[in-house]
Amino acid sequence: MDFISILSIFVLACFVGYYVVWSVTPALHTPLMAVTNAISSVIIVGGLIASAEAGSDVAKWLGLAAVVLASVNIFGGFAVTERMLAMYKKKDK
Amino acid sequence: MLSFLAPAADVGAHGPVNPWVALAYLVAGVFFILALRGLSSPATSRAGNRNGMIGMAIAVITTLVTHDIANIVEIGIAIFLGGIIGVTIARKIAMTAMPELVAGFHSLVGLAAVLVGWAAYLNPGAFGLLVGDGISAVSKVEMGLGIAIGAITFSGSVIAFAKLSGKMSGSPILLPGRHVINLGVLGAIIVLTALFALAGPADTLPLIVAVTVLAFLIGFLLIIPIGGADMPVVVSMLNSYSGWAAAAMGFTLGNTAMIITGALVGSSGAILSYIMCRAMNRSFISVIAGGFGADDSGGGSGEPREQRPYKQGSAADAAYMLEQAEKVIIIPGYGMAVAQAQHALREMADLLEERGVEVKYAIHPVAGRMPGHMNVLLAEASVEYDKVFELEDINSEFAQADVAFIIGANDVVNPAAKTDKSSPIYGMPVFDVDKAKQVFFIKRSMGGVGYAGVDNDVFYMDQTMMLLSDAKKMVEEIVKALD
Repeated sequence: MDFISILSIFVLACFVGYYVVWSVTPALHTPLMAVTNAISSVIIVGGLIASAEAGSDVAKWLGLAAVVLASVNIFGGFAVTERMLAMYKKKDK
Repeated sequence: MLSFLAPAADVGAHGPVNPWVALAYLVAGVFFILALRGLSSPATSRAGNRNGMIGMAIAVITTLVTHDIANIVEIGIAIFLGGIIGVTIARKIAMTAMPELVAGFHSLVGLAAVLVGWAAYLNPGAFGLLVGDGISAVSKVEMGLGIAIGAITFSGSVIAFAKLSGKMSGSPILLPGRHVINLGVLGAIIVLTALFALAGPADTLPLIVAVTVLAFLIGFLLIIPIGGADMPVVVSMLNSYSGWAAAAMGFTLGNTAMIITGALVGSSGAILSYIMCRAMNRSFISVIAGGFGADDSGGGSGEPREQRPYKQGSAADAAYMLEQAEKVIIIPGYGMAVAQAQHALREMADLLEERGVEVKYAIHPVAGRMPGHMNVLLAEASVEYDKVFELEDINSEFAQADVAFIIGANDVVNPAAKTDKSSPIYGMPVFDVDKAKQVFFIKRSMGGVGYAGVDNDVFYMDQTMMLLSDAKKMVEEIVKALD
């Protein structure tokens, strides 16, 4: 993909992010931070590529370390978000 | 740039793209958008979180199946290890510790970005970045930026974590000439990144090392001068940085899932920072410059405080008057989180509701140490979210309230924000508690003032009763008196 296509996706995604995040209710701002944290760990993709491909041993170990860190974040982030969201209840006694 | 998906390692940065793989990453990106969209209401939020998980699974599986994995066992162990650690932390963490947890998680994203950037630098062939015998200048700029933003996110978040968890003093640490130092380091990072992009393959190593080291340094320098009350802004800002770091890596690798996610997270953090700054009536620049309430920022704080008369009450007095009330509005602040008083508070509200008192909760955007901090704690104590209101939705109701019950908050009810132009918090939107018939103010002692370091006229109003004690103990005593 050329640079301009990638830039287009990026700019449009910023706008999508802008409108979607303004629609998030302030009561859920903490879960919002936890879940954005989890999804930004999609950077694990880079770690996986580095550790999967042959070519450089150092790069492989850096990649594996990145995979560990990102996994902590992915599993921890989604789990803690789930735990928080489960606590939000409406009045239904 | 998606050419890394092709098996051969030397296709170059503009090789053929496998459309199915690109599509899979796009779908993952869409699921991430849906994950955030779900958070528009608590009712849809859990489905949103599931969408996030699906998106992540798609991205990871796509990566794994499109590469010749030389060492699947090691990768499996790495994911398993990280997963166990992550889930354990998520299960055990106390809800009051959520700000430092989030800061800690941000630091991991930052460090992962640095590691991925370095891996791409050391093994560009694996990422399809090789053009001839080197990496293209554009890729190197993206790589340098990704590493720099990741490193800033890492060291900044580590400091934020240390401050939030009390491992380091929360008060601002002000170095002389810090603005000059910071601007100098930032300038050096930009110049070195440019040199890195233009350098020949043999000369790049010292430059990228220098960029990495300086970026770690500036992350540290940027956060140490920022004080406790500004932490909601810092946490949001680091949230934003972690997104931009992921986006920069997405540019380097030509990966749409990473770019979409990075843009979403980046704008999310930026919007939260903006909301926090607006709620304190401070500019983003002044928060970043640091030193709130600690340097020459304003008048009100410096002058010696005169002793003014105030009324002090007991738990029994408060219980008696709360029972008589028709409408009570509770304003929680960081002090409630510190004292872990949310459960006792819910018990008190339950007892009052049994007696026909209407109880509502009013939450200021900057209450606590991160956006939405108070909401999570109240949810933890099983307070229904339809009783919890934001500042602008409830502020007009204080005129009809019999009791404004302030627990662990201070600056967010300080009328100086409306009247005293010399006050450091002037212009900050605050709750109109002075309009309520009575104000109960739970506070440890009369000595301490809010983080802004300003006196609060609410203490001395005729209708105010100070309840001087630990928040949890006081509320528990009120509960006992109500029983």
